[in-house]
Amino acid sequence: MTPLAHSPHAHAVTSVSRIMATVMLALVPATLFGFWLYGWPAVYLWAVSLLAAILGEAAMLKVQQRAVKPAILDGSGVLTTWLLALSLPPWAPWWIAVVGSLFAVIVGKQVFGGLGQNVFNPAMAARVMLLISFPLEMTTWMPPMSQLPGMVDSLAVTFGGVQLDAVSSASLLGHVKTEFSRGLDLQQALAGHYAPLQALWGERSGSLGETSALLILLGGVFLIARRIITWHAPVAMLAGVALPALLMSLIDPGHYAGPVVHLLSGGVMLGAFFIATDPVTSPNTATGQLVFGLGCGLLTYIIRTWGAYPEGVAFAVMLMNAATPVIDRYLKPRIYGRTRKGETLVAEPANKDAA
Amino acid sequence: MVIPILSLTVLGAVLGLILGMAARFFKVEGNPLVEELEAILPGSQCGQCGYPGCTGAAQALADGSAPVTLCPPGGRAVVIALAARLGVEADLSGVKDAVPSIADVREELCIGCTRCYKVCPTDAILGAAKHIHAVFKEACTACGSCVEVCPTEAILLRPVPPTLQSWGWVKPGSMPQPLAANEGVLAA
Amino acid sequence: MKLFKLRGGVHPEGRKASSADTAIRALPLPPQLYVQLQQHVGAPAKPVVQVGDTVLAGQLIGAGQGNISAPVHAPTSGRVVAIGDHPSPHPSGLPAATVAIAPDGEARWIEVDVPADPFALTPEDIAARVGAAGIVGLGGATFPSAVKLKLSRKSGVDTLIINGGECEPYLTCDDRIMRERAAEIVTGIRLIQLAVGATRALVGIEDNKPAALAAMRAAAAGTEVQIQAVPAMYPMGWDKQMIQVLLGREVPAEGRSADIGVLVHNVATAWAVQQTICLGRPLVSRIVTVSGGAVAQPGNLEVPIGTPVQALFDACGGFVSTPARLVLGGPMMGHQLTHTSVPVVKGSSGVLALTQAEIGLTQPAPCIRCSSCVRACPVGLLPLEMAARIRTDNLDAAVALGLKDCIGCGSCSYVCPSSIPLVHYFNYARGELMAQARSKLKQEATRKLADERNARMERIAREREEAAAARKAAKAARDAAAKATEKTEVIA
Repeated sequence: MTPLAHSPHAHAVTSVSRIMATVMLALVPATLFGFWLYGWPAVYLWAVSLLAAILGEAAMLKVQQRAVKPAILDGSGVLTTWLLALSLPPWAPWWIAVVGSLFAVIVGKQVFGGLGQNVFNPAMAARVMLLISFPLEMTTWMPPMSQLPGMVDSLAVTFGGVQLDAVSSASLLGHVKTEFSRGLDLQQALAGHYAPLQALWGERSGSLGETSALLILLGGVFLIARRIITWHAPVAMLAGVALPALLMSLIDPGHYAGPVVHLLSGGVMLGAFFIATDPVTSPNTATGQLVFGLGCGLLTYIIRTWGAYPEGVAFAVMLMNAATPVIDRYLKPRIYGRTRKGETLVAEPANKDAA
Repeated sequence: MVIPILSLTVLGAVLGLILGMAARFFKVEGNPLVEELEAILPGSQCGQCGYPGCTGAAQALADGSAPVTLCPPGGRAVVIALAARLGVEADLSGVKDAVPSIADVREELCIGCTRCYKVCPTDAILGAAKHIHAVFKEACTACGSCVEVCPTEAILLRPVPPTLQSWGWVKPGSMPQPLAANEGVLAA
Repeated sequence: MKLFKLRGGVHPEGRKASSADTAIRALPLPPQLYVQLQQHVGAPAKPVVQVGDTVLAGQLIGAGQGNISAPVHAPTSGRVVAIGDHPSPHPSGLPAATVAIAPDGEARWIEVDVPADPFALTPEDIAARVGAAGIVGLGGATFPSAVKLKLSRKSGVDTLIINGGECEPYLTCDDRIMRERAAEIVTGIRLIQLAVGATRALVGIEDNKPAALAAMRAAAAGTEVQIQAVPAMYPMGWDKQMIQVLLGREVPAEGRSADIGVLVHNVATAWAVQQTICLGRPLVSRIVTVSGGAVAQPGNLEVPIGTPVQALFDACGGFVSTPARLVLGGPMMGHQLTHTSVPVVKGSSGVLALTQAEIGLTQPAPCIRCSSCVRACPVGLLPLEMAARIRTDNLDAAVALGLKDCIGCGSCSYVCPSSIPLVHYFNYARGELMAQARSKLKQEATRKLADERNARMERIAREREEAAAARKAAKAARDAAAKATEKTEVIA
């Protein structure tokens, strides 16, 4: 018997799977470029991440005795691990991807109660766990090489545990930090390692998602145009990184990299458009998202500059995720007819002279 | 090794002593909690909870020997209020709001024995010896005491049908809300 | 004229083309009319006719009761065949007091009293005539218009706004009435303006109705009435949204628009006022849009109040397919109709027969906290937070978040990607809070009764004890006296 239906009796054309699919579409250009830069190992890593996520989430749901199909088909687990894969070193071994993906969907999401219930961004939680547990594998970066191994040889890279020290190189941020500790200043550290145009275009060491800032930016603008995300969190996060970078580089150009370097290196672009905009773990209101994004950016800059790690996006995002409930509690929209505190407005009586 | 063990033990003992002294010297006499709980309960002393009246139930709740779901006539509202006052989790899964009912006298069976109005806790029954009895709807709490004592089963609890004023939407996801039946078309 | 910025709202597909371009048609009289005695906010009307009476069109059949009420009149001439309960157009389908009339087909009218110059009437006279005609807000709120006029005149109103928004999809009754009867509407507006003493009269019409704008502009040329196009969005027809966009003024929460010197009336109400003042006719019919994917010939009908909904669908060619759902009103805020014998009432703006594709049914999914609902809410609430609190039965927290300010427009449910029935949660919660308040009142009353009874029982028991003690004392005294006399007898 169909129950009595409540209004509205019409609905906008939108669904959770549509949203997830659109975000994945926005990631495709940068992902494909990363595959082209780093070859088949990157493809295998990405594929293993997604497969592990699907199987792991299905197993967890079975154990929890919850409906498996709707949860898998909404695409949120796949999207989470796609983002995780984009933040891993492209030639990482397969078990890094598996452990990370399983952690992201099981501990980062399902344990909290499934979609919409987690406090921390699952991809960032998994990345932080991997970084702390396996620091060597997580900081071994490959330069984009002209001679990439073929399909079969790449299997050995991802699944065979090939030693990579001989060809590994540091990411830009890692290199700069190491050089600082050796006493060199910024110009010397960057010489020969940093060409701005190449960085924008993406031809340098890094994870899949950090190398092509331009393609990530394009994906982000696409999402804003399609109203999947709004501009507040991304712009605030970029400002949160760029403004202190600008300030410090003006004060001491020798030891502080400028805003452009910071914006184009590491996971800032990916973080701004795809991580800080995660709806589940970010605030409800536009003002709240501005505060959230700004906090993410500032913390990223602080950790990069004065913290022990060369890259701070994952930690910054998780710290701001913890602050989201507080932001939501204090930054609420003003209700029509009431003051900010919630009291009724005082009426201005009729003005008979109003023309 | 010895120092940490010793220092923590001493710390624990001192703090425990302070707590014990506070429990002795700052003790609150009487239990205002019982009165507050009694005020939350419906107060019709129907006895459906198994305790001697609402006071007995309140005492049992304060002791912790009764669950907050003990009062059927109170429905969900009372369970939630009791749980809030006692600071416990309310398991609402088994609590159904009793279908609102009112006692109703079937006049053809009533013999005017007056047993029911003597037992009604809210004086909701009007009647006298050898006269047919009637029920005041506003005063009846559907506690069921009258039904138990009536020798001819003349008085029964009947569900009150919803009116336009009392009808409400059910909670989404809880149960399907039935469609209106196509009946009652006004005819000449 | 400068327009002000608005907050929130959604842009559903209009779906108005199918019914907007054909003229209003008259509906053939059905065999029976069911005139409900309560078609307005306030106390129900009391019947003043009896079964068997012959009535003329426009004759009073139900008198208003109390300060906030409205009378009802016979829509056409005929005989009163029954007075009793009939299913009402409420979502519950529960019965309401109704007068059933069998039309005789002759449409004979009562004697009407028409003033020579309507504009020479006093404001009090206008309000009295509007009240006697049973005019209520025809936009759907059905608040008695005469009460609104009197209250506004008392508070002082500087601006009269006429609401030509009609933001709900499918509905085109206001559009058509503006296109076809613009001159009468403008007269009605000027009469309302006279009745409340407003210095300015503005008509807000959504810009998706260019023909209506043109017709109204032509009719208002040379008068003080200003016609203004406003952006088309939902819920532009919310009176506070109309005030915001035209004047930039905000009505205080829990207050009325008269508090800030503004009065809002629907265009159809203005037309009804003109019909009453200039032609002496009470409110006995209204324009109703019949639309939806399952209707053969969608359009607008002039419907006598009390016509069963089935007659409207029959007059529009019936159904081309089995409708998935019947709706009374618009799709955003309208109610599901479960059967078609319910009558049209003064607030029925439309009846829709929707197909499954138009409704877009899906299973609710978990909330992803995307805040689309927050962006859509025109009031500035947090629907996702309120629904989460209501789901865990924490109704007080939902009220603290602003539940009572929700207008039930449905914008949040409309845009939710997880198809969460947000407005359903809010209406459930409001009903539950009212039920809890009612049961609390009843509990207090019955507790008082129980306490009084206990006191009485104790008093009776005490008196009995005292009486028994007194008797015992008396008996003891008598025994003692008897013993004493015995003794004296013995001695003697």
